[in-house]
Amino acid sequence: MLIRFYLNNQLKEINSDPDKRVVDLLRENLGLTGTKEGCGEGECGACSILVDGVSKLSCLMLAAQLDGHNIITIEGLADGEKLHPVQAAFVVGGAVQCGFCSPGMVIAALDLLQRNPHPQRSEIRQGLSGNLCRCTGYQKIVDAVEAAALEMGDKL
Amino acid sequence: MKKVLFPLNVEEMWSMWQDNPEAGLLAGGTDLLVKLRSQRIRLKTIICLEKVKELQQINTDGAQIFIGAMTNHQQLLENQVVKSRLGCLHQAAAVLGSPPIRHMGTIGGNICTASPAGDTLPPLYVLQANLELVSPTGSRIVPIEEFIYGPGKTALAPMEVLKQVIIDLPVPGIQTHYHKVGQRKALAISVCSLACYMQLAPDGSVGEARLAWGSVGPTVMRFPEVEALLYGRKISLDILRQCGELASQKVTPISDVRAGAEYRRRLTANLLIRLLPD
Repeated sequence: MLIRFYLNNQLKEINSDPDKRVVDLLRENLGLTGTKEGCGEGECGACSILVDGVSKLSCLMLAAQLDGHNIITIEGLADGEKLHPVQAAFVVGGAVQCGFCSPGMVIAALDLLQRNPHPQRSEIRQGLSGNLCRCTGYQKIVDAVEAAALEMGDKL
Repeated sequence: MKKVLFPLNVEEMWSMWQDNPEAGLLAGGTDLLVKLRSQRIRLKTIICLEKVKELQQINTDGAQIFIGAMTNHQQLLENQVVKSRLGCLHQAAAVLGSPPIRHMGTIGGNICTASPAGDTLPPLYVLQANLELVSPTGSRIVPIEEFIYGPGKTALAPMEVLKQVIIDLPVPGIQTHYHKVGQRKALAISVCSLACYMQLAPDGSVGEARLAWGSVGPTVMRFPEVEALLYGRKISLDILRQCGELASQKVTPISDVRAGAEYRRRLTANLLIRLLPD
């Protein structure tokens, strides 16, 4: 099946089995291995991507469902070598331990900040509540999202 | 490889389904795709409902609200009528799954999956929601408590689809609440949940009361005898304890990986205490 969609702001036309999972399509066919697969059941958030600006789980989506949509993965956030402010805040704040949950955490943070640019800490925790960090480094992740929100103001 | 079809309207959905009678329907995918991957379900064809326009919108005429089956939990959460008039449903959507699950999972999927733990179900029981089911030959309206008759078991006939949920908007003076106990705050399947609908007179005495528990039996459970105990009384710890004692005798919980049956029985009673005014 021919699938046409925008991937990280570039038009993609690819042939894929329509029932291939989006996480597999991204990682195996398109080489975008920033999106991780943790549980494969929607419980961990590691595979989060933005679909038309909204966070969804790429392990629970079929390739055919991408057609006509605008997809952003972790690879689409930086501007060349310049990290997105949320990514930069994760680096500066030491919000990365093993790094496996980080792409999903950053995507979840973006989803949150787009609908709520000035979240309380409790709202940040709620916004990240679909993402598990098995290193349990939540404190610094929340700190980083808080810092990114301050840095960006209303610029997102 | 499976075929994946995207009907744009109900007419196209029927014709695709008639051409592929063994097809499965995909709403938000948060249950179906897990079951497909673990091969608990096998399908050759998937009919994806996300573009069927008749299933999408939320409308209200002032007296009733019509919630399209493909409304996702985030849309439910953000809907102002749901927020202001259907507090228990809003509260349930807020604690269902996680942000990305709420962006994907749908109210129609939550109903048709018919899990005793489905978070929107106890609210829909106390709101006495009616379900509009459509088929190529017509439509029918079924109350939710007649629609679900066991875990995963619904009254859906072959080639029948849940089109929308129809709820009478409560009049002023009605209070509704949803309380849930899970193993954690997010991504938790409820261990026990309680929805309540109470008509309160100006002096605080209860008129009609409806109580529905989730995760303590094969379906969501209501007990008229328990609800009747509240009639004409003011909410107090004493009356809620009486209700709790009776309800905990009537529920039929199981022990599973999340909790033991005895703990669920205790929660059945104790969740009622949360109805005490602050």
